[in-house]
Amino acid sequence: MEQRRLFKGKRTRTPGGDIIVRLEGVRKRFDNDTSALNGVNLEVRSGEFFSLLGPSGCGKTTLLRILAGFEKPDAGRVEIAGLDMNGVPPYRRPLNMVFQNYALFPHLNVFDNIAFGLRMKRLPDIEVRSRVDWAMELVDILGLEKRKPQELSGGQRQRVALARALVNEPEVLLLDEPLGALDYKLRKQLQVELMNLQEDLGLTFIYVTHDQEEALVMSDRIAVMRDGSIEQLGLPEELYERPSSRFVAQFLGTSNLIPAQAVGEKEVDTAFGRLRISKKLKKGDRVTLSIRPEKVRLSRTASLQYNLVDARVDDIIYTGAENQYLLDINGFELVAYTLNSDIQEPGFEEFDYDEKIVVHLPEENLVVIHE
Amino acid sequence: MNKLSRLKGILPTIGPGALWLVIFTLVPTLLIFYTSFLQRDPHGWLSGPFTLENYRRFFGISESGIDALYLKILGRSILLGVVATMVSVVIGYPFAFFVARSQHKNLLLLLVVLPFWTNFLIRVYAWIVIFQRKGVLNAILHSLGFEPVFLYPSWTAVYIGTIYTYLPFLILPLYASVEKIDWTLLEAAYDLGAGKLRGFWHAIFPQTLPGLVAGIMLVFIPAVGTFVISDLLGAGKTILVGNVIQQQFGSSRDWAFGSAAAFVLMAAVMAGLWIYARRAGEIGMEELV
Repeated sequence: MEQRRLFKGKRTRTPGGDIIVRLEGVRKRFDNDTSALNGVNLEVRSGEFFSLLGPSGCGKTTLLRILAGFEKPDAGRVEIAGLDMNGVPPYRRPLNMVFQNYALFPHLNVFDNIAFGLRMKRLPDIEVRSRVDWAMELVDILGLEKRKPQELSGGQRQRVALARALVNEPEVLLLDEPLGALDYKLRKQLQVELMNLQEDLGLTFIYVTHDQEEALVMSDRIAVMRDGSIEQLGLPEELYERPSSRFVAQFLGTSNLIPAQAVGEKEVDTAFGRLRISKKLKKGDRVTLSIRPEKVRLSRTASLQYNLVDARVDDIIYTGAENQYLLDINGFELVAYTLNSDIQEPGFEEFDYDEKIVVHLPEENLVVIHE
Repeated sequence: MNKLSRLKGILPTIGPGALWLVIFTLVPTLLIFYTSFLQRDPHGWLSGPFTLENYRRFFGISESGIDALYLKILGRSILLGVVATMVSVVIGYPFAFFVARSQHKNLLLLLVVLPFWTNFLIRVYAWIVIFQRKGVLNAILHSLGFEPVFLYPSWTAVYIGTIYTYLPFLILPLYASVEKIDWTLLEAAYDLGAGKLRGFWHAIFPQTLPGLVAGIMLVFIPAVGTFVISDLLGAGKTILVGNVIQQQFGSSRDWAFGSAAAFVLMAAVMAGLWIYARRAGEIGMEELV
């Protein structure tokens, strides 16, 4: 794939094996009109870390609940591991779920919580014990067997919830914003652990989140959802580098959106002059250009003949690792990030308030959005 | 923290309640316990010396064998308590769920509490009006072409009256528990392979246990000791241990024997609750206390 050569992922992506979950035209309406689904088609491959990303009310949790069997779709087909799930109750589906608030049984201790699924299958006690021990070791909570859920920290509860699902060795693991209730540091740590776990076990994860950074870090593929439909589906790099809509461009990270009109094959007019782009357009086409703040180049002197714009530094936000510049281009606001690397060479230098600088918008970084 | 400063810290919170309980519960209970070892003098007053005579009389122990009159009466009371509690659970348990999941829960709760707006005696008298020979029930039966039934006075009437009176005491605490149920636990149980029945038993029932335990106690304890209901709906022919105690303190003027009977009843109720608590498991009691 072209994108994969262009943007090298930091981590090896698992392309996945056979299709294990297939949704065809899944629709769901609720009386109160929220979190509905308008005909979702989706294929998840076995061994894949698949994320459903979107703002609250976009239907991502509804989709997960339909997979788990807690909601019935109004129309459409749900297939898991090659079997039609129509009419199959939750307790007969080959998947397990990690709930948003963990849903641990408060009257059972950690061991009994994890053993619940195995006992429902009426496995012999010896096997239950060995498998629970395996799961507890896997998520690193050995020694907490006798504790009640209310005696655990948030991170420990999260691990118990994970172990309780994993111990059943499901074909697919559904995770509903599992890290949402944890603080930033712990979330970061558990993200890495979840990724390693998923890779080691070769499990299929379907992961619901509204945290775009989390989805980018963890996923093999992401489906961005909006108002009950999938807006864009692809590799994390694809979604970030080549958003297909303004919504995706703004929901995943920050984007500068520049309205433009094509005047030549690879030339557009914008509010601040003519720009070259790398994609062919028909003359007269109205499009939106998207450029990420970190791909905007700032300098004191012009070094090229095209895609240069004069700007004034309006505001500087210091965030530690980077400087965020709010630039004023004849009334148009542009955001640019530069690394706070203390290197004062062209392309790296730091600027002052109200300084007049030259902004370079590299043509290969101007993404054309037809909208 | 040392003991004294700890005491200072908790005194303002539990102090007033503790004082109330000591004056109005502990002291009277000890007084009755003391009285149960005294005797009735010819004028109906209490007098010494200390004796176990009252307890001997209650258990019916004599040289010629055991006369189980009072034990039988105690047994009847416990039977009434157990049956009334069980029927209340059978009616009240599903009803609490119905109320909690209903759209009109406030109205339904109001209907549960509504009888309390009327005096208890009047409500029991109302059952006489329903059950008597030419009462409401027989009028309805007659108009439908059925034979009349004679429920007043009868044990059936006493049982119905007891269940009717104490059912709200089971529903209200149970409703409080049902209302708080975390239904995602049921989904978690389904997700882990539990069917409908096992899902309910493992995920929902434990959550209702605190309310159920409280409700059972609130029905069982007063039902065992009731005397007004049996007096009215049994027309004096259905003797319960509550009636015995009331008579001793009232018309018979034998406070000493009444005190002994009251203490045996209390011991029986406590023993019953202790056995029940052990059976119901530690969870419910733990959360209740």
